Amino acid sequence: MRRESGGRVDRSRTLRFRFDGQDYTGHPGDTLASALLAGGVRQVATSVKLGRPRGIFSAGSEEPNAVVQIEEPFPEPMLPATTVELYDGLVASSLPGQGRLATGPDPARYDAVHAHCDVLVVGAGPAGLAAARAAASTGARVILADEQPEPGGGLLGAWPADVVEGLLGAEWATATAAHLKALPEVRVLARTTVFGYYDDNYLVAVERRTNHLGAAAPAHVARERIWRIRARHVVLATGTHERPIAFAGNDLPGVMLAGSARTYLNRYGVLPGRRAVVFTADDSAYAAAFDLADAGVRVAAILDVRPSPGEALAREVAKRGIVLLAGHVVTAAQGDGQVASVQAGRHRPEADPAVAEHAFDADLLLVSGGWNPVVHLFSQSGGRLRFDETLGTLVPGDSRQAVEVAGAARGVDTLSGCLADGAAAGERALGGQAAAAAPPPVDVPTAGGQAFWLVPASDYAAHFVDMQRDVTVADLHRATGAGLRSVEHIKRYTTAGTAHDQGKTSGLLTTAAVAHALGERMGELGITTFRAPYLPVSFAALAGRDRGPLHDPVRVTALHDWHVANGALFENVGHWKRPWYYQRVLADGRLEDMETAVLRECRAAREGVAMMDASTLGKIDVIGPDAGEFLDRLYTNLMSSLAVGSIRYGVMCRPDGMVFDDGTVIRLAEDHFLLTTTTGNAAAVLDWMEEWLQTEWPSLRVYCTSVTEQWATVALVGPRSREVLAGLAPGLAVSTADFPFMTWREAEVAGIPARVCRISFSGELAFEINVTSWEVSRLWTAIMDSGMVTPYGTETMHVLRAEKGYPIVGQDTDGTVTPQDLGMSWVVSKKKADFIGKRSFSRADTVRAGRKQLVGLLPEDPDFLLPEGTQLVSTDVPATVGTVRGGAPPRTVPTLGHVTSSYRSAALGRTFALALVSGGQSRLGERLYAPVGDALVPVTVTSHVLYDPEGTRRDG
Amino acid sequence: MAECRSPAAAFADRFDAASKGGALRLAELPFLTQVDIRVDPASPAAKDIGAALGMPLPVAPGTTVISGDVTVAWLGPDEWLVIGPEGYRFDLLRKALGERHGSVVDVSAQRTTLLVAGPRARDLLAHGCALDLHPTVFGLGRCAQTMLARAQVVLLPRQDGLLVLVRSSFAAYLAEWLLDAATEYLAPRL
Amino acid sequence: MMLLIPCPWCGPRDEAEFHYGGQAHVAYPENPAALSDEEWARYLFFRDNPKGAFAERWSHSAGCRRWFNALRDTATNEIHAVYRVGEPRPVTS
Ligand SMILES: [Zn+2]
Repeated sequence: MRRESGGRVDRSRTLRFRFDGQDYTGHPGDTLASALLAGGVRQVATSVKLGRPRGIFSAGSEEPNAVVQIEEPFPEPMLPATTVELYDGLVASSLPGQGRLATGPDPARYDAVHAHCDVLVVGAGPAGLAAARAAASTGARVILADEQPEPGGGLLGAWPADVVEGLLGAEWATATAAHLKALPEVRVLARTTVFGYYDDNYLVAVERRTNHLGAAAPAHVARERIWRIRARHVVLATGTHERPIAFAGNDLPGVMLAGSARTYLNRYGVLPGRRAVVFTADDSAYAAAFDLADAGVRVAAILDVRPSPGEALAREVAKRGIVLLAGHVVTAAQGDGQVASVQAGRHRPEADPAVAEHAFDADLLLVSGGWNPVVHLFSQSGGRLRFDETLGTLVPGDSRQAVEVAGAARGVDTLSGCLADGAAAGERALGGQAAAAAPPPVDVPTAGGQAFWLVPASDYAAHFVDMQRDVTVADLHRATGAGLRSVEHIKRYTTAGTAHDQGKTSGLLTTAAVAHALGERMGELGITTFRAPYLPVSFAALAGRDRGPLHDPVRVTALHDWHVANGALFENVGHWKRPWYYQRVLADGRLEDMETAVLRECRAAREGVAMMDASTLGKIDVIGPDAGEFLDRLYTNLMSSLAVGSIRYGVMCRPDGMVFDDGTVIRLAEDHFLLTTTTGNAAAVLDWMEEWLQTEWPSLRVYCTSVTEQWATVALVGPRSREVLAGLAPGLAVSTADFPFMTWREAEVAGIPARVCRISFSGELAFEINVTSWEVSRLWTAIMDSGMVTPYGTETMHVLRAEKGYPIVGQDTDGTVTPQDLGMSWVVSKKKADFIGKRSFSRADTVRAGRKQLVGLLPEDPDFLLPEGTQLVSTDVPATVGTVRGGAPPRTVPTLGHVTSSYRSAALGRTFALALVSGGQSRLGERLYAPVGDALVPVTVTSHVLYDPEGTRRDG
Repeated sequence: MAECRSPAAAFADRFDAASKGGALRLAELPFLTQVDIRVDPASPAAKDIGAALGMPLPVAPGTTVISGDVTVAWLGPDEWLVIGPEGYRFDLLRKALGERHGSVVDVSAQRTTLLVAGPRARDLLAHGCALDLHPTVFGLGRCAQTMLARAQVVLLPRQDGLLVLVRSSFAAYLAEWLLDAATEYLAPRL
Repeated sequence: MMLLIPCPWCGPRDEAEFHYGGQAHVAYPENPAALSDEEWARYLFFRDNPKGAFAERWSHSAGCRRWFNALRDTATNEIHAVYRVGEPRPVTS
């Protein structure tokens, strides 16, 4: 029920919303929970396992019960109603424990931002504001983050009448935050929850920027923002969570944390009930009782588990005509769907079950078991927690990070104490003092509190510890009865504390109930670890803008737009987009299929002339007096003997002898080389070279520079490529005699300065023309203008190279393949004393018979295309490969290897494949079988060089 | 360079449009001369290259030296990037090195240069750059090789913004990323 | 997680800018040919895995591309020292 006045809601404006099909109203400043309470709604959810009615238990992000589904404006599952700011047009519904994801894509933007500061203050309650103000007073860079829409923390609900520096608490908070906001180096983040605390003071927060605007949220503003904050110092002023107490029926709607009820009254102007009973183990619930009584709630009784609350409180109780039963506990809350009556009885310290002796009519039962410092982030920081037996709770100890905890979060429980503690923490943070220098917590942290968690009973089936998971004390007893002792194990066994509220109200209660069951002290049971995130964060927020085309970078060559405009389909190679094949429009208007396009492109390369954009190959400039020696150590073959003007193919291995990369080496001058790497390995090879130069061979005088994108490369391939090149480079002598295989020349091609290399990755006469990437469009167009040349893509390149048995590193190799396994012993120098990998070529494993070796495969059906990755076996006995049928134990068939590359060849007039096969070179001519689906496909092992093995075509 | 095409040429119109609101100025500065220099900073060759540049090679990590329209940025303890106008005579640097050990490599087309300027320039970059871009920490005279979104970049602070040097193959990705990040800065503030 | 690694040249940078290079001070053998298979296998495959201080290699791959060594506590992720290649492992208490 809403009061006529009071609270911080704006009664001049009315917001309409709908819950479970009913229309309600509220005001700006409301949460969905406060507006529901104002509308008289008691049940807002149904529990997940037991289907019990659940109401609003708290007023903040610790809420275990009031988890709702937002339906409009955009569906969102499982939000605590206590954290949903009310907006006009909100449609929500109660949940049976689980929510529903939206079925359509989320139209909202989400983003992320990095931030740096001298001091990050988490929490804008009195301690946090004081800390931020102290830190900011010296001009330091300060970030103050608070999860509420307005600053003040406890000042908004618990200390409404207290005066700070001449202002009412909430006004002081507003003024202080405004003062901070006006400072150039201070950032005040409202609606921002710091949810993760990682190494080196790296904290992650989520800012809810437009959620509270509902459908009125502007589309261009990110709905939520992830802040990635690197802070020199952190002050955690995260406050406290009130503790529940386990008793029969403690999950009924109408049972509410006492401090939360006070917040509903003081902050939202809402009476959460009309007849209240208060059940407490500390003093703070009295303040709630008095506030409610003064606001017109009939407080039937205060049941204080302690022998006496002290005279001052007793006087206040008497003044209001409230019944005070000290040394009493609630034995049960009862009612049909919500609290209707409260049973109470004497507390028996010997842990005997309490017996109901009194009954009170009530629709509201306020509970306070004391207060737990919110130590989640401190624990995540690597900070040690200490179990304080007096307080019955965890308090922060020391941390290896530059963090300290201020105010209520370390047990300070007075307003003046929090203000002073915060200010001191803010100053210390700037002074660079370590967290260890913080003074110990004040002496009497919770005024007269007594650790009390559980009302002893004979039946614990309705004593709930985790209301979100429906875990009761009886469930915990089943776990301890099964022999479990570790709280971590019991949590996993019962699921207590694993719901999306992360056990904020249930974690320590679980420990307490287990300790009670085992007859141990809580502190002896060990401390469970707090993990990020502090509260649920949507995947959309975490993904931010890293989705769709921005999810992963796409690298394109300077010719990309031409490829797109000319029908190219693309293949991903690393981050690169490479033309896969060019799809032509056929005469009848249909598009060419891939098979036809690739056969056409292959034919052009083998019979006429074709060209490919080879710009993605890595290119590294290597210079220095020791460059030749360096390359001799890196490559398996000899590079220092290469003549200036010549080119050599080379293979690099890891020290274990396995192929790492391959490419060509061009000698530009005595001390100057240019090498190419595979497309995917360009960065790795440069890193590799730097690693050896810097860490092993610093005396070698060599410098390496990446020029991958400086140069674009066009491969001109086919028997008529010489003719095309001659036409474009009149100054270049192109005959075989003048321009032999594996040499390079400088020339103008189409008027562009170029380096032309006679390299072939197809077995055909071919030239690779290198020009700057700025100029390659012009070169490409000029070549196309010759009217003779067919552009081709990577698929054709693969067919052409595979026909020649040229392996692709990373496709035909997998880090377990030596050059010898590839049939390339010729590339391994016998002369060099050492090179990377050499020693491994005489290891027992690399010389053993039966290593997998690269071979060719011809399916006996020349039209059958083997899927790449297909396993190979030696027997045609069916039905035993891979699958178990009919329950009979399978007869295992050893696999001999697998297909690494498989294509349809125009030149061979059939399909073929490359494969790594155990002892492959000795199996030439053998028949193997490839299980494909339910069939065993017979194949014949051949040499891996299937086309022009004599190499007669490379000179045209 | 009329017949050349720069890596972000296709974004010129969208950069212009994004520069209209006053919060940001985005542009590609194409065809700048860029030269990668590797040399022992203590060597006479380094001194001679400095003389040819008209300024010493900066030896403090993460710093630049600027003279006229030429900037020399520290990339590593023995590596620098010279950025000059189109047509800058880098062959003079090679000449200054002479036969001595070192490397002067033309990398003008290896990266392109994006200008990110205007009052919100640093806010924009903070969406994808983990470095502290505060002007007192990363102001004129500094430089850094780092990550912006998922691309490696060289960042060079300017008077009212920064130059972002990005590998040519990543230029389109980064241009899209910048334009998308700019969405919020182009429309009226919330 | 999300360490701030102090590159000896560039200063503290996010972990994401670095490549990990495994245990430091494992030199490439002077003369691999002279090693037995077992000695060579030790060089190739055997590395320490201590709980506590561990000297390891990092490369500032997205920055200055320098390799350097770091003394990191594998239990807490604290980096006690970084030092350049060729420098001896610092003595820490
Ligand atoms: Zn560095």
